[in-house]
Amino acid sequence: MIRILLQRLLELIPTALVIVAASFALVRLAPGSPFSSEKEIPPEVRQKLEAKYGFDKPLPEQFIRYLGNLLRGDLGLSTKYPQRTVNEIIANGFPVTLSLAAIALLWSLLVGITAGIIGAIRQNTIWDHVAMTAALVGISVPSFVLGPLLVLTVSLRLHLLPPAGWGDWQHVVLPGLTLGTIYAASIARLTRGGMLEVVRSDFIRTARAKGLSESLIVWRHMLRGGLLPVVSYLGPAVASMLTGSVVVEKIFNVPGIGPYFVDAAFNRDYFLVMGIVLLYAFFLLLMNLIVDVVYGFLDPRVDVS
Amino acid sequence: MKNNQRQTLFRNETDERDLITGTSLWEDAWKRLRKNNMALASGVILLCLGIICLFGPVILGVFLGYDAHTQNLAYGPQPPSLRHPFGTDFYGRDLLIRVLIGAQVSLSVGFLAAMVAAFIGTIYGAVSSYSGGLIDSLMMRIVDILYALPYMFLVIILVTILGKSLLLLFLALGAVGWLLTARVVRGQVMSLKEQDFVLAARSLGTTSRGIIFRHLIPNTLGPVIVTFTLTVPSMILQEAFLSFLGLGVQPPQPSLGSLINDGANQMLVFWWTLVFPGGIMAIMLFALNFLGDGIRDALDPRMKT
Repeated sequence: MIRILLQRLLELIPTALVIVAASFALVRLAPGSPFSSEKEIPPEVRQKLEAKYGFDKPLPEQFIRYLGNLLRGDLGLSTKYPQRTVNEIIANGFPVTLSLAAIALLWSLLVGITAGIIGAIRQNTIWDHVAMTAALVGISVPSFVLGPLLVLTVSLRLHLLPPAGWGDWQHVVLPGLTLGTIYAASIARLTRGGMLEVVRSDFIRTARAKGLSESLIVWRHMLRGGLLPVVSYLGPAVASMLTGSVVVEKIFNVPGIGPYFVDAAFNRDYFLVMGIVLLYAFFLLLMNLIVDVVYGFLDPRVDVS
Repeated sequence: MKNNQRQTLFRNETDERDLITGTSLWEDAWKRLRKNNMALASGVILLCLGIICLFGPVILGVFLGYDAHTQNLAYGPQPPSLRHPFGTDFYGRDLLIRVLIGAQVSLSVGFLAAMVAAFIGTIYGAVSSYSGGLIDSLMMRIVDILYALPYMFLVIILVTILGKSLLLLFLALGAVGWLLTARVVRGQVMSLKEQDFVLAARSLGTTSRGIIFRHLIPNTLGPVIVTFTLTVPSMILQEAFLSFLGLGVQPPQPSLGSLINDGANQMLVFWWTLVFPGGIMAIMLFALNFLGDGIRDALDPRMKT
């Protein structure tokens, strides 16, 4: 098992290299520079600034230098916030974004799987229809509509939870709900579909024939089939949760990494943009690796190696 | 007796003829779709919405004498009334016209971006799969890498590079959104290219290009349409996402995303500025998702969940 994991990790290295090169090219070949946006800077100051960040060197040399720094875990300096390194900005914002995504994930799994199971074991009853219509509504209400509506009703009218901010558990509930609902809906549909796929298969019939109780069949055998599509959906879901939190962080004024990214992209804050993109990309690669391994555990037919 | 015999004979003949005529994939799919009331209703809603969005602003403008940009600062924000069914915004502009034009923008960006994505994805997937071998694995590796990049961040970078115009917006969305189509088409072509009609075409001297465009791609149309219908709502969502962040359609041009953003900022006092654009957005996405589900079930009953 550990050997396979190590092998898969090694395989990630070329992919990671290509990602670094591609995002470097994309960010650096864009027109404009970090110092062109605001007021006119005298040429000698500009030269000094460019020397400070190493922008005066030829691009290939800058790339090699960036790679070297990256290997040492140094993501460079921010041009927009000259006092801070990219590492500091990420260390401040990313844990917040990550915990928001974790809560959204928990919420979506809990609600989604429950609704999916109800839909599958009560197929074509009113329960099923209610659960699946709710899921479709959930998919159709985007976070930037749901979020403000929740703020308007739950916090501004009913005064149950704070409308914005970050600090204690009360601040987490609404953003987590807002971010997670759309995924809960997708997970409900996937769970139901996956369970209905296996419901007529031979091993379920065998389980019935050997006299297993219905609840054991549902929990041990059907749910396993139902979770397969959910597990393979988790990779892309976590990815879009992390990027989708940009909007949620804006709505609820959460001090995550999202707003920095939009700002940085506009100000051509090269190192900050690169740092955030790479952080997310590596996180996603790791996530997909974990998903593959878990998939192998759940479905004995899949060969992980 | 004899007459009777002839009749049965005759009936057998017609039966046989019926069997031979058969039904095409499309007739079959249409038959299944027609039975799906919710999907049909969604289609009708979308059609009406499209027509209203297209002609509504013009008609309202002619009869009432204002357009989406006519300001009336003295009038200011007013709740819904007979003259302004959706109320007016902060500058006294009629919200109904602005929502209609915003929906028009959303629908066209959604369809055009999904078309760009389907176009790139189909050709990419077909070429990759037909070429096979090293080219195929290289091309699919690129898809894998792009999959690992945070999608929304890539679009944001592209938008900042390309500038904030409507045309470039859907190009950027489409340019990043073709990955799923490419994978689906590749899977289809994998099995198609081994079939005898491809061999026959090749032995007749058809060029690779001819085989890909004349024989393989038309046969992948079903799955491509299914992917397309489910891409449209996600593209609409992403356009609104970008506009909500101020990266998409630029003011004073209205878009559902920017209208929702405006509404969210002033929802406590002027609730209608959030509820109407948000509601139209949700209805639109709901209908698109329902219709997409229906089309998927109709074209590929095995995928039915």
